[in-house]
Amino acid sequence: MEDQKKINKFIIDDTIYETRLTKKFLNRKPYVIKDPKKVNAFIPGIIRNIYVKKGQHIKEGDELLILEAMKMKNVLISHGSGIIKEIKTATGDMVLKDQELIEFE
Amino acid sequence: MSILSKIKELFTLSSKVNNGGGEKANMKQAAMGKMTARERINTLLDPDTFFEFDLFVKHAGKDFGMDKKELPADGVITGTGSILNHPVCIFAQDFTVAGGSLGLAHARKITKIMDHSIKMGIPLIGINDSGGARIQEGVNSLAGYGEIFYRNTLASGVIPQISVILGPCAGGAVYSPALTDFVFVVDKISKMFITGPEVIKTVLGEEISMEDLGGARIQSEITGNAHFFANSELECFEQIKKLLTLIPWSNLKRADQFPPKRPKAIYEIEKVIPTDPSRPYDIRDIINSIVDDSDFLEVQEFWAANIVIGFARLNGETIGIVGNQPLVLAGVLDVDSSDKAARFIRFCDAFNIPLLTLVDLPGYLPGVDQEHAGVIRHGAKILYAYSEATVPKMTVILRKAYGGGYIAMCSRHLGADFVFAWPTAEIAVMGPEGAANIIFKNEIAEAADPNAMRKQKVLEYTEKFANPYVAASNGYIDAVINPEDTRKILIQTFQLSKHKKESRPQKKHGVPPF
Repeated sequence: MEDQKKINKFIIDDTIYETRLTKKFLNRKPYVIKDPKKVNAFIPGIIRNIYVKKGQHIKEGDELLILEAMKMKNVLISHGSGIIKEIKTATGDMVLKDQELIEFE
Repeated sequence: MSILSKIKELFTLSSKVNNGGGEKANMKQAAMGKMTARERINTLLDPDTFFEFDLFVKHAGKDFGMDKKELPADGVITGTGSILNHPVCIFAQDFTVAGGSLGLAHARKITKIMDHSIKMGIPLIGINDSGGARIQEGVNSLAGYGEIFYRNTLASGVIPQISVILGPCAGGAVYSPALTDFVFVVDKISKMFITGPEVIKTVLGEEISMEDLGGARIQSEITGNAHFFANSELECFEQIKKLLTLIPWSNLKRADQFPPKRPKAIYEIEKVIPTDPSRPYDIRDIINSIVDDSDFLEVQEFWAANIVIGFARLNGETIGIVGNQPLVLAGVLDVDSSDKAARFIRFCDAFNIPLLTLVDLPGYLPGVDQEHAGVIRHGAKILYAYSEATVPKMTVILRKAYGGGYIAMCSRHLGADFVFAWPTAEIAVMGPEGAANIIFKNEIAEAADPNAMRKQKVLEYTEKFANPYVAASNGYIDAVINPEDTRKILIQTFQLSKHKKESRPQKKHGVPPF
């Protein structure tokens, strides 16, 4: 557990400090702004059913697919209206958290 | 039957149970590099001090053929004994008996010994090595866990509770250690998790080994669930003994006094700190230059290393130390380091251990991950813990004390009894660079040579505010001291705070930002 001995530069309030960095700090994920055109898995699980097709016009509140996780069949509902550009998953797929499932045009 | 044959019968009966799960199971345990429950107890306790309770307790299982099974001591050894002449209550789960699984009788043996330790006001040590709930006993096994958690909570802040994870500790079982004060883990032996790798794989499709999910290293470095990491069970037992010499038996007592010892000569206080506030050094070198025999028992050494916590003695008496660590992340406060310090402060306050705070930090860590992880509510814990604590509180500001960090690190405003600063201290809202860029934004932008102007303004600010004297002029610090005198002054002030009495408004309990 003594693997982060390297001294790095680290900026706080415009001051550059020389210090070691922790594994947790080095592994943190940069924040990405949410793309409203993409539907991602909010939890890891299995896709049980897909109700929509490529090119289909979707209204806000339409059911998109079922993502089963923790013995619960979650219905993913569209938060906006638009045309489906691509479906990036298939029934039976095991998906990870944040994995992209559907893209709107 | 004569009395002699009755006594012989007792020996026969106990020797049958004494062997736990039998030769084969004991050999299997040894092959995993693990001692048996009885070996562990006898190694940890002073020789011949273990007095066992409930050896003949029988398990309560009736279903699935359990009524025909014999489970020696129902898979857990309980009793009393002493460690370095300190009385303790102890239990050790016996993995060789039904995988150390917890049924109702097993749990009742544990809760009985817990009740003793609370009533008698002596520490409780629990050695965990169990496959989890005894599924055959159904809800009775869950009841057992619940009764243990309830007592862990009642005992919290009354007696020190120590959990030693020497095997698996999974599912509901992990919540008992989580409720105790100190969790000890051993490399490659300890495994803690709520849901194991197999469940994670079937439910979520993520593959991970037991070691990477909840092994000793993960618990010590990533999660912060463990407080002490050892490479072997023997090393772990030595750590427990050392900790027990530094903490009191209960909240009604003080830790033992020892003959005072000078710090070792190799730690020269003035040579450790670089005057440039952006250069790192190891705060533990400062601690070692202050405390008796330069002997510091660090708690949670590998997790949130940007803050250092632990116990040492000053003039023979135990103190708890919290220090920012400039060597790691410049010593910032963040979600984890706030949690780490806050819990330690509350332990010290509950057990009459005076606190020494060593300050050198640039403030709180900026970042989306920190904000979204709730640094507001986590950071508030440290404010709460310091403000709430009524044990003697001494603060020494070594170098930077900027912004919210200055307030949080046991400032006068949070009730510090004595606040000292070294001449190298900089007590300000932020570092000179940041401050100059804000205050002189227009001057710098409009200057013919903005860089030169910035440099000049940074210098102006540094001269005016990057020192301890502005805070001293307000009485926020009691004295600017020569670093060399730190130990002497702290000994004096802790001495005169020994009978400190401070009351708080009557309440059932506060509502800290958990």
